[in-house]
Amino acid sequence: MELKSILATDCGSTTTKAILIEKVGDEYRLKFRGEAPTTVEAPFEDVTKGVLNAVMEVEELSDRKLLDGDDIITPQKGDIGVDIYVSTSSAGGGLQMMVAGVVKAMTGESAERAALGAGSIVMDVMASNDGRKPHEKISRIRQLRPDMILLSGGIDGGTISHVVELSEMIKAANPRPRLGTGYKLPVIYAGNNEAQDDIRNTLGESTDLTIVENIRPVLEVENLGPSRDKIHDLFMEHVMAQAPGYKKLMGWTDAPIMPTPGAVGSLIEMIARDENISVVGVDIGGATTDIFSVFQGVFNRTVSANLGMSYSVCNVLAETGMDNVLRWVPIDIDRAELNNRIGNKMIRPTTVPQSLQELIIEQAIAREALRLSFIQHKEFAVALKGVQTERTISDAFDQSESGATLVNMMELDLLVGSGGVLSHAPRRAQAARMLVDAFMPTGITQLAVDSIFMMPQLGVLANIDKKDLKNNARKAAVEVFKKDCLIRLGTCIAPVGKSKPGKTILTLELTLPDGNAIKHELKTGELIKIDAPYKPMKAKLTPARNMDIGAGKGEVINTKIYGGQVGILLDGRGRPLELPEVDSERIAKLQEWSKVVNEYPDFNN
Amino acid sequence: MAHAYTPGLKVLHETKVIKERRLPLKGDVLKKKNEAVSPDDIVATTDLPGNVQMVNVANLLNIDAADIADVMKVQKGNKFEKDDLIAETAGLFGLFKSKVPAPVSGTLESFSEVTGQVVLREAPIPVEMDAYISGKVQDVIPEEGVYIETDAAFIQGIFGIGGESRGDLKIITKSREDEITSDMLDSSLAGKVVVGGSHISLATYKKALSLKVAAIVVGGFNYSDLKPILGYTLGVAITGSEDLVTSLIVTEGFGKINMGSRTFDLLKLHDGNFVSVNGATQIRAGVIRPEIVIPLKSDQITGKHKDIDASMGITDGSLIRVIRAPYFGKIGNVISLPNELQKMESETMVRVAKVEIGGEKMIVPRANLEMVETD
Repeated sequence: MELKSILATDCGSTTTKAILIEKVGDEYRLKFRGEAPTTVEAPFEDVTKGVLNAVMEVEELSDRKLLDGDDIITPQKGDIGVDIYVSTSSAGGGLQMMVAGVVKAMTGESAERAALGAGSIVMDVMASNDGRKPHEKISRIRQLRPDMILLSGGIDGGTISHVVELSEMIKAANPRPRLGTGYKLPVIYAGNNEAQDDIRNTLGESTDLTIVENIRPVLEVENLGPSRDKIHDLFMEHVMAQAPGYKKLMGWTDAPIMPTPGAVGSLIEMIARDENISVVGVDIGGATTDIFSVFQGVFNRTVSANLGMSYSVCNVLAETGMDNVLRWVPIDIDRAELNNRIGNKMIRPTTVPQSLQELIIEQAIAREALRLSFIQHKEFAVALKGVQTERTISDAFDQSESGATLVNMMELDLLVGSGGVLSHAPRRAQAARMLVDAFMPTGITQLAVDSIFMMPQLGVLANIDKKDLKNNARKAAVEVFKKDCLIRLGTCIAPVGKSKPGKTILTLELTLPDGNAIKHELKTGELIKIDAPYKPMKAKLTPARNMDIGAGKGEVINTKIYGGQVGILLDGRGRPLELPEVDSERIAKLQEWSKVVNEYPDFNN
Repeated sequence: MAHAYTPGLKVLHETKVIKERRLPLKGDVLKKKNEAVSPDDIVATTDLPGNVQMVNVANLLNIDAADIADVMKVQKGNKFEKDDLIAETAGLFGLFKSKVPAPVSGTLESFSEVTGQVVLREAPIPVEMDAYISGKVQDVIPEEGVYIETDAAFIQGIFGIGGESRGDLKIITKSREDEITSDMLDSSLAGKVVVGGSHISLATYKKALSLKVAAIVVGGFNYSDLKPILGYTLGVAITGSEDLVTSLIVTEGFGKINMGSRTFDLLKLHDGNFVSVNGATQIRAGVIRPEIVIPLKSDQITGKHKDIDASMGITDGSLIRVIRAPYFGKIGNVISLPNELQKMESETMVRVAKVEIGGEKMIVPRANLEMVETD
């Protein structure tokens, strides 16, 4: 079936966002966007009210009839209605899970990866070797009241007693699901296949038990697919069905509702696969920061549950400390007052920065929230642990071991930012600076932001399984993602190595799209911005003898690079970035860099 | 007419307050519909299941898990006391027996022939739910709790710590601009709900704690002073379970901020009356605000005050409070809500409101306004 129009919503915990995609000529484009407060909570307690309000806004903007009373009109007839309607949801706190495995670093970690990949928040990872006593684990399960538990443990044919012991603890805890009272807690068992009968005997009656293939059938293989799919199914059947209004919403959609982060993750995974590139995507929200990455074809997602820009902004401050926030603030500011201002943002989370000073503070905090979340991500996105590797004598001096991080910044091709503080930054240069300062990309890395955070809607669209819709929906998702969703900021070029201040560390020879050739020399500690559009440009990068730009120390790279709304950033500030310790010197340095990229209005005078 | 919806804090002279008093698990409801209650009355009780202990008997006795049934001395569902024998091997000719004593008193819930674990459940933990406010039972939730209704003055704060408390209201500052200082507190304030103006320092709050003041209601408090009280840095505004003698309710925000005049005046009106307060705060989905409930006596109920319709949100003429710098804490009225986005000093493009504050006209992002819900 040819899709002429698509309506997609994302029901977030505070706002429901609707987008209308239409086929124009041969391509799909985003046409209109509307939003309204989410209505899961009292007094409405019906998610569809917020959906209808958001769709109504699209209706008004597009001057096109989409609703017939309380129904979305599908399929499109003439100029009325849309061909399909899809939705994601993270309302009501999203999907909250607890996972368990025998060895924390092995099956525990695989279970956590499966749950995170499916879009859930992992409240706790329980393992036989996590150092907690049984009664402590039991009271933890009781206290957390997860929506669902994923239990794994043991390779096929391996240990039985440990995983059964975990199941006995779940039974003893007898947790009540967070939402609804009339149903049993869903438990997915994805462990040793030989323990399935014992697990059934233990949990079969007291929980809603589903058994899927082992998540770690052998140590060398991680089999996350079946668990992830089952989590999605149960999310729909149990968790969503209990949330107010969702039964009605499920009846409206042409494809299953996906958890918001699950949809974003699958879109990023698809883009990385289609273009054969390494990608890091980040979504910084009010309460949490999600990071998605694909390196060497392996997808990983982490949620930093209490690193966000409003509800948990004070937690960012608590985790990183005032000094780390202040190091990004290019103005002198009173610490005690800053403390109270950040506290007030936590208790008045929906406010926006009116003054420049407020904006600068928010963007400084964002750098730290992103930096901390990325550290957590790097620690989690690792190769499988516990895998035996054969070593020869030539490996004797190689310190690498199983479980090394997959995140290689030199290999990273594209860094995509989304979330209010990045997408709505008044100047795109601010978003670029936040991304570069927080993630510290090395080598050549393209930078982009999601214009209006529509990755969730595009993710669910790309995941439609119905045969007659699948190809068109996927085409629409990819086209809109490239043309309307991503705003290309430019490319960051950052050589790595040790160098003395003032020394030339990189020479860039660039042929601009108009044919003009330019040459720039980057010195240690410098930040240079070159205005250039998002078009392929021939570039020759010559690093100094002891510097590496991706091909090895002193190795020249001839390649194509892209500019964007900000342009090309030559970053000679070093990795890790070292700032002067004296306040006045640090502020002067920050103002100098800020001026280079035209980041804030005041510093340009 | 244009409108913008940002839920505000309630400052109501006269309203119907309905409080749900629900048990965490099913139990017994002790009050009937329409029955009058006082704050200390117990309205419902239940027993929470006791804590669970697991003992690996097979490991302790060095036997196969499959043989566990043979060594158990207490059977499923049976009670035992601490140190009672729960399992014992046959030994050699009745000698050299290995024993497992019970680490706690409780009931034997189950044992596993796969893992050798024995699950012991401690005695149930009784829970009693009190009425919190005076009033009457409006409705009963069978086996779970009651709704209590009362005519009251009702004030919400923005942030608080400490749970439910109650006592006589005592205003101790002359004006809403004054700070509560240490010399204002003495032992006569024990068990009272003390109201001050713009601020209370950490040292003064600590004095209130030592004097066993029931609660402090004040305009502002320093964010950094929370850590010495709570023992940790508050990262997310979810509070209420702290074990504090003196609950703290902040009406405006962090820093030194004058208490809103309507809030202060309303509290002053009820100086000396018995009030119930709760510092519990949750600023996330399912918002919970700290509150002060002042039940009214029958002669205080006038019926003159009508709640404004907050569902329309902020409209022209609405009474608002600015909730972010540079005009933080100021109260004024909306002149108009222009449709077009406007550029702020930060260059952020936002929907704005034209407001008048103290005779001065200014532009403020709508998101930085909060409606003062008053009657």
